[in-house]
Amino acid sequence: MLDLLSGFIIELRNAGLPVSLTENLDAMHAISHIPLEDREAFKYALGATLVKNNAHWRSFETVFEVYFSLRGPEYKIVDGEAGEGSLDDFMQQLQNMAQQGDGSGGAGGMDSLTPEELMNILMNALMNGDQAMMRALAKQAVQRFAGMEPGRPVGGTYYLYRTLRNLDLDGMMDKLMDATKQQVGGELTGLEERLERDEYNHRIEQFKQEVEAEIRRKLVADRGAEAMAKTLRKPLPEDVEFMHASRDEMQNLKKALQPLTRKLAAKLARKRRHGRKGPLDFRNTVRHSLAYGGVPAEPKFKYPRPAKPELIVVADISGSVAAFARFTLMLVYALSNQFSKVRAFVFIDGIDEVTDYFKKTEDISEAIHRINTEADVIWVDGHSDYGHAFEVFWDKFGREINPKSTVMFLGDARNNYHASQAWVIKEVKQKARKVFWLNPEPRSYWNTGDSIVSEYGTHTDGVYECRNLRQLEAFVENLV
Amino acid sequence: MAPRFESVQSVRDGLKAVNYLADDGIAGVAFLADRLGKPILVEGPAGTGKTQLAKSIAEMTGARLIRLQCYEGLDESKALYEWNYKKQLLRIQADKNSDSWSDVHDDIFGDEFLLTRPLLEAITAEEPVVLLIDEVDRVEVETEALLLEILSEYQVSIPELGTITAKQIPLVFLTSNNTRELSEALKRRCLFLHVDYPQMDREKEIVLTKVEGITEMLADQVARIVRSIRQLDLKKSPSVSETIDWARTLVLLGINNIDAEQAKETLHILLKYQSDIAKAAKELSVD
Repeated sequence: MLDLLSGFIIELRNAGLPVSLTENLDAMHAISHIPLEDREAFKYALGATLVKNNAHWRSFETVFEVYFSLRGPEYKIVDGEAGEGSLDDFMQQLQNMAQQGDGSGGAGGMDSLTPEELMNILMNALMNGDQAMMRALAKQAVQRFAGMEPGRPVGGTYYLYRTLRNLDLDGMMDKLMDATKQQVGGELTGLEERLERDEYNHRIEQFKQEVEAEIRRKLVADRGAEAMAKTLRKPLPEDVEFMHASRDEMQNLKKALQPLTRKLAAKLARKRRHGRKGPLDFRNTVRHSLAYGGVPAEPKFKYPRPAKPELIVVADISGSVAAFARFTLMLVYALSNQFSKVRAFVFIDGIDEVTDYFKKTEDISEAIHRINTEADVIWVDGHSDYGHAFEVFWDKFGREINPKSTVMFLGDARNNYHASQAWVIKEVKQKARKVFWLNPEPRSYWNTGDSIVSEYGTHTDGVYECRNLRQLEAFVENLV
Repeated sequence: MAPRFESVQSVRDGLKAVNYLADDGIAGVAFLADRLGKPILVEGPAGTGKTQLAKSIAEMTGARLIRLQCYEGLDESKALYEWNYKKQLLRIQADKNSDSWSDVHDDIFGDEFLLTRPLLEAITAEEPVVLLIDEVDRVEVETEALLLEILSEYQVSIPELGTITAKQIPLVFLTSNNTRELSEALKRRCLFLHVDYPQMDREKEIVLTKVEGITEMLADQVARIVRSIRQLDLKKSPSVSETIDWARTLVLLGINNIDAEQAKETLHILLKYQSDIAKAAKELSVD
């Protein structure tokens, strides 16, 4: 048990969760108070002692699934071992599961069903929200469609894809809606239809998770927990790279962004207020001295009120770096009350000002959407041309840069071998307070191929690598 | 000291008896906190019943609830203890002539002149207490350090008096709305519990227990609509307390079956931003 748990904790640390020694000890204490058969309680006991940040919960769950999944009620944790991965075991597991599936589903001989019948059962289960049945079906579906072979070096996503493709869940959705309509006898109102749809979406999502968990269980049995945990290791939301984020990760990033901006705003406001003490405020001290009979017992100080900077953001929104630009703009605008003024420009090979989009609406994502669809950023062919964009920027807006403004350029500086026009940056630098360049590419890729970031960079106050939310946050905090 | 709770299930049943519906996580962590003698750090969006959890646990165990509301600028003298200066002055003046200096000196730093504040009160209490440190993320990082001694050792050191140790270990809840990252030192000493918006079924149960005179069907509809709304990309998702308010309103209006029109008219109870309301209204009516 101890070995298993320490393996588990090492894996958590590998996944990037900060688990300290005392937390480790707490976890050990905690599980001694919990009946080990109760898997949910066990999970929460470990979670409460080891995970201290909600954003890390998902990573924790994945690792937990891998380490403790096969040790359900029928495999007591007490005699479980970490690396049971032999072929015999695997086959036995499969059989066990098949039997179990039949048993709990109450549909004897599920193996002999035709795919159509299986689909019908699934549809019924989804209609009624029958959890046990859904679980059994997930097992059956994986066994039938995933085509899993022991020892085959394929990731879980491949099996998942194969299973789901065979089940056609999108079609299922329409069928479910039709069936509901028939049941009610007539048309649903808009609201009802929406609610039903949400309900089914929820159930289908549940079913998908069952399938995924099932595949994972089998893979763990095949390969052993440690190997499996390694392949499943996913970066924490703040470490996900902007340029390579999948759609799921993007969603998570977006979710992580909101609390982050709130936190950052609170921190910045606090920093502003609790600055160093300034020189003695003579007037105020004398006024307060009246309360003590003219003795200046309570000295008062002037607190420095640093001026809020004016921010100009110039962002490349061509395909490769669009996600990064979007996130930075969102972050900057969420913090816009920390700046006296924010202006935003976007470009690909032409450049356009988008400040108004943000002013007109409170909803930042809507503004971003409008930028993507309406901004006039294409001049010739829609391939990045930093040189031309900068030239136009200087001609049109160069006058408006003043010593109070901080200018941020966002982009990978991949210029498609056009003229760089780096003199623009140099001119901007002379007029502005500070000029920064943020590059979403890893530092090792800079200046390779058509990237000319150092040519621009020499004229700025600093070029920063901004691959993930963590780096972006650190930069913005320094900026204000 | 005897544990307060028998098992996870008993925590859950107990909470249910005082109208708080806990899920597995909540009940499990509360149970562990008692067994391990550790504080619980409860985190989550506003209005999901974090403070209510502490209140309900207090009610369930029949303990007194001592609450420390945190805010920026909270300090030792408001959280831990303070010397009663006025009384000390009186004491000195009263014995101007008789006592020697050392007597007075020892005397004025005694229990009699100590004003207890919530934290000290919680550990000196004879009867069982539940200590609630509310919105701990509002104090500055430096002030957080004040809490560390009491949270790990259940004791308070007062320079003039020495160390006061707890007579009984109180159950401690800290709540946080996550407006800033709490320090590692604090997190390390606590069990962590994240309270999120409840699943639909649980929310329905909550509405049923909290709102009088609501029908099962209406509660079901309310829970479903709220779930739909939470899936939208909003500035502020409706919290549980707002769901309950909404359900109450619907009951008062005598509505038994919500249609899109009625939902739209009462949306302002559920959502607090104009842009959110507009968005939700649009979503609810279109499809």
